[in-house]
Amino acid sequence: MSNLVTNAGHTHVDGHGHDDHHHDSGEMTVFGFWLYLMTDCILFASIFAVYAVLVNNVAGGPSGADIFELPYVLGETALLLFSSITYGFAMLALFKGKKNQVLGWLGMTFLFGAGFIGMEINEFHVLISEGFGPSRSGFLSGFFTLVGTHGLHVTSGLIWMAIMMYQVQKNGLTATNKTRLSCLSLFWHFLDVVWICVFTVVYLMGTM
Amino acid sequence: MANAHSHDGHDAGHGSVKSYAIGFILSVILTVIPFGLVMYPSLPKAMTLWIVLAFAVIQVLVHLVYFLHLDRSAAQRNNVIAFVFAALVIVLLVGLSLWIMFSIHTNMMAH
Repeated sequence: MSNLVTNAGHTHVDGHGHDDHHHDSGEMTVFGFWLYLMTDCILFASIFAVYAVLVNNVAGGPSGADIFELPYVLGETALLLFSSITYGFAMLALFKGKKNQVLGWLGMTFLFGAGFIGMEINEFHVLISEGFGPSRSGFLSGFFTLVGTHGLHVTSGLIWMAIMMYQVQKNGLTATNKTRLSCLSLFWHFLDVVWICVFTVVYLMGTM
Repeated sequence: MANAHSHDGHDAGHGSVKSYAIGFILSVILTVIPFGLVMYPSLPKAMTLWIVLAFAVIQVLVHLVYFLHLDRSAAQRNNVIAFVFAALVIVLLVGLSLWIMFSIHTNMMAH
């Protein structure tokens, strides 16, 4: 009896292994990365909840309407949106196998992303130098945590992108590099999705 | 062989210049209108709020479809299931946190 079960189990494992050979291991990696992104969504959701709880606790300091400059935020949003479409074009060039185009579009994406981070650092610098740092009030703690976490993600994406440009330059459009660029594509577009929530909940609703 | 396979994948779910362009134009429209409504207030505040929120939800969906290539194909089914589950967790997490925190706040204020 136990022998039979073992055998059956063994056959099943074999069959499964056989199926896996037909599967693209890169596809599984990208799916695994997607699952990580879903958990990252939950991290952001927690920080959004914290921000929403703290947003009215200004402790006599400024509220969102006093410190947010919407034209500036619109500029940041435009940079991130441009970087999303240039990354899309990098992926299209990748699937056509055009290495130099991939590098060109990745370079443009990097510049747009770096511009976004530069603007964000400048915004933080101005706020802190005016005395409105994260320690000023609950609202500002929540604001710096939420926007800063998004900024750190974008910064990690930029470092990753620089490494990928080096690897594509050095090794070409290998299967491994394709998988990595597909994961970075998900990461980058995902950060744009999070930014939609940030500019809506923080900046637009804060100014209203 | 490997090339042919990637090419199939490309046709199946990695978009085209056209789909990225559509996503981009829709995103521009869905960004500019809410910014315009808040920067130059012309509607009642409550209505502006609902429009801004609705446009954000629509823009998230636009990004998911045109940039992250989520669709109803078999290849995307697991991704969609994972996303729907994450969305459920997020709604519970944010909704219930705000509910409990604002209930506490109101009850403390009321003495």
